[in-house]
Amino acid sequence: MAASLRCFLRSGKRAVLVAVRRGFHSSSPAAVQVTVRDALNQAMDEELERDERVFLLGEEVAQYDGAYKVSRGLWKKYGDKRIIDTPISEMGFAGIAVGAAMAGLRPICEFMTFNFSMQAIDQVINSAAKTYYMSAGLQSVPIVFRGPNGASAGVAAQHSQCFAAVFLENELMYGVPFEVSDESQSKDFTIPIGKAKVERQSHITLVSHSRFVGHCLDAAAVLAKEGVDCEVINLRTIRPMDVECIEGSVMKTNHLVTVEGGWPQFGVGAEICARIMEPAFNFLDAPVTRVTGVDIPMPYAKILEENSLPQVKDIIFSVKKTLNV
Amino acid sequence: MKTMLAIISNALCRITGRSAGEQTVSELLIGLSEYVNLTSPPAAVLVPPQARRLPPKPPPVRPAAGGAAQLVSSRTDRPDRPGARVVASRSLSDFTPQATFDIKKCDVHRLEAGPPVKAELTREQGLQYYRTMQMVRRMELKADQLYKQKIIRGFCHLYDGQEACAAGIEAAINPSDHLITAYRAHGYTYTRGVSVREILAELTGRIGGVAKGKGGSMHMYAPHFYGGNGIVGAQVPLGAGIALACQYQGNNQICVALYGDGAANQGQLFESFNMAALWKLPCVFICENNKYGMGTSVERASASTDYYKRGDFIPGLRVDGMDVLCVREAARFAADHCRAGKGPIIMELQTYRYHGHSMSDPGVSYRTREEIQEVRSKSDPISLLKERLLSNNMASVEELKEIDIQIRKEVEEAAQFATSDPEPPLEELCNHIFSNNPPLEVRGTNPWSKLKSIS
Repeated sequence: MAASLRCFLRSGKRAVLVAVRRGFHSSSPAAVQVTVRDALNQAMDEELERDERVFLLGEEVAQYDGAYKVSRGLWKKYGDKRIIDTPISEMGFAGIAVGAAMAGLRPICEFMTFNFSMQAIDQVINSAAKTYYMSAGLQSVPIVFRGPNGASAGVAAQHSQCFAAVFLENELMYGVPFEVSDESQSKDFTIPIGKAKVERQSHITLVSHSRFVGHCLDAAAVLAKEGVDCEVINLRTIRPMDVECIEGSVMKTNHLVTVEGGWPQFGVGAEICARIMEPAFNFLDAPVTRVTGVDIPMPYAKILEENSLPQVKDIIFSVKKTLNV
Repeated sequence: MKTMLAIISNALCRITGRSAGEQTVSELLIGLSEYVNLTSPPAAVLVPPQARRLPPKPPPVRPAAGGAAQLVSSRTDRPDRPGARVVASRSLSDFTPQATFDIKKCDVHRLEAGPPVKAELTREQGLQYYRTMQMVRRMELKADQLYKQKIIRGFCHLYDGQEACAAGIEAAINPSDHLITAYRAHGYTYTRGVSVREILAELTGRIGGVAKGKGGSMHMYAPHFYGGNGIVGAQVPLGAGIALACQYQGNNQICVALYGDGAANQGQLFESFNMAALWKLPCVFICENNKYGMGTSVERASASTDYYKRGDFIPGLRVDGMDVLCVREAARFAADHCRAGKGPIIMELQTYRYHGHSMSDPGVSYRTREEIQEVRSKSDPISLLKERLLSNNMASVEELKEIDIQIRKEVEEAAQFATSDPEPPLEELCNHIFSNNPPLEVRGTNPWSKLKSIS
C-alpha cells in the first residue's frame, strides 16, 4: 500500500502503466513486519524528503500527529510549511489543495474520515478529477486525497460510509502488521496503479479490496481444509480496475465471488459483475455472487454492527453456495 | 468544662425538646445527630409527617451562647448575623427565598443594549439548576468510567465543565422551543427530557436506550430535540430549517442551534447565517467556545476569535458560559429578540471542557494540566452556583450534600440498568429505513440472506 501511495505521488496526473512485472502479482518472501500505519507514515516521509513540492494538509495532521497518528513525527521533522493544520473547513481546504496542485505543488490532502469528504465532493470530482480531461491535457492536478474509509468500530451511521474515491485506507487496519519483502523497503519501490494482486491460487475466484481481503484469506484457509481452493484477488485499485486479472482468474476457476464492506446497490461488486460478463460470460458456471454490507445505515449496538458487515462465515457460505457444495 | 457541658446539654435539650435532667449529653447528642440526618425537604414538596421523624417545632433559634451551635454548624460566623446558627433546626422559613445577583456584562455586537446585569434567583430555581448540573456532571463521569471498562465503545465526547450552558439555556427557553446540537450532546439530551438511564443505555448499545441502541453517543433524540449530530457544522443549517418551520407555522417557537469554536469555520454556517438573516428566521445560533477544536486552539484555527461577531450583520452577545445565571439571562434576551420577529441572533458562550475532545484524546498534549486545574478551581459552574446559594443562605450544605447523594444513587442505578439491559435483537437490524411504509425485504450480506424491514 505504501508503494502505491508513492506511485500516486510520483506519477501525478493519471495512472501510469508500468511494464507488467510478475513480481507485482504475487508475494515474495517476507523479511520484516510493518503496520499499515507505519507503512503510510514511511511513504509520506519518503516522498516529503524526496520532493520539495510535496506537502500534507488536513485537520490535526501536524501538532496532534494525526487524528489516527498516521502522520506522527512529520511536523516535527518538516515544520509548518510542509505539514499544515487546517480549520474544520473541508470544502475550503480541499479546494485550496486542488489550487495548489494546479499551480505546481504536490499536495496530500487528508480527510479525517471519508465521511467528511462528502462536504468537499464537488472539489474532489469537479475540480480535481475532471480538469485534466476538460483542459485536454493542459492542466494537470497532481493531488492525493487520503484518509480512512469504511466502517470503524462503534461509530454508527454518519461515520461508517464506504466510498470509491482516491486513497482509501481503513482505520481498523492501521495497527495491523504485515510482512513486507526487503525489496519493498527500498525508498524507490513503487507498485503501479491499476494492478491487482493474486494472493492465493485456485477452484473459485474471490475478489475483494481493503480490510475484507483479510477476511477472504481467512475464509480460504478454512475452505482449504475442506478441499476447496480459493484464488484471492486483492484489487488494490478501484479505478482503473484490473479486470484482466479477474478475467484471467475466472477463465481458470469458472466461479466468482466478490466481497466488500460497502452497500450492494451500485457497489464495487456490482461493477465487477457487469464488467466480467462482457469478456467472460461463457466461462462462468454459476452467477457471480456478491458478498456485501447489509443495505442499511450502520447501527451502533455491537451485535447489530457485527451483523451488518460481511463476516468470514458469510464468505464461506457464499463460496459453497456458488460451487453448489 | 462542667459549665461547657451544661451549656451544651441545655442547648441540646432546647433543640430536641427533651427535658434536661433526663438524659446524658451523649444520649442527647445521639438524638441530635439523628435529627441532623434529616434532610430539608425540597422546596415545593410537602413531606408527609410519617415519612420522617420530625421533631416538635423548635423554639426560635438565635441562641446567645454559641457553644452548642458550634458542634453542628459547619459554617463560620458572619459579622452581620447574631451568633452562629444551628443549621439542623432550620425550617424552610429560615432560607432566603429569593436573591438578586450581579452577573458579568455581556459584550455586544450590533446591539443597543445587552441582557440585564442582575439576575434574580429563587431558592427553587437554584436547587433545580444545581440538580441539573450535578446530574449531568455525574452522568458524564459515569460514562467515562464505563468507557474505560470498555462497556461503552466507539465515540464518546464528554460535557463536564460545560454544564452551565445546557442548564442555563434550558432555564431560559420553553419545552416547546426546539434545540439542536453537535456530538457533545449528552448534557442537552438530559436537559431536553431524556432520562439518565435511557442515555446511558444508549451509550452501552442496549434496547432500553433512547434510540434502541442503534444511534449511540452522537445520535440521541427527543421531542423538540434533534440530536446529536456527527458531522461538524451540519447541525447549523438544520437548526435554521427548524426555525423556518417555526416561522412558517406561526407558533411563536424558536430554535436554538449550537456549534463549537471548531465548527465556526465551516462554510455552511455562513450560508445559514445569510439565509436566517435574510428571512428573519427565529433562530438563536450559539457558539460554545471551549477554546479547542479537538487538538487545535482557537488562535490556530480562526483568523477572528470573536465568534459572537462572526455573524457580521447578525447581532451578537459574548457570554460567560461558566455562570448559569449569565447564560440564562443571555438566552432569555436572545429568545425574546427572536420571538419579537427581529430575526436571528448569535451567542458565544465562553466555556471549558475538562475532558479531552473525546475518550480517545487524553486532552493534555495541546493544553497544560495547570490550565485545566485552574479552571476547575476558579470557574467550575457547579461550585459557582453552590457558593452563591450557600453564602446567601438559600440552601444548606447538608441539603446540597443530600442532593448529591440522591443524584449519585440515580446515576448508579441508571448504570446498572445500562449494563444489564439486553442488546437489541437481530430483528431490529433493518427496521426504520423508511417511514410509513409497508414491510419490505432488505438484502443481507449475501444474495440468499433476505432480511425484514418494518417502518
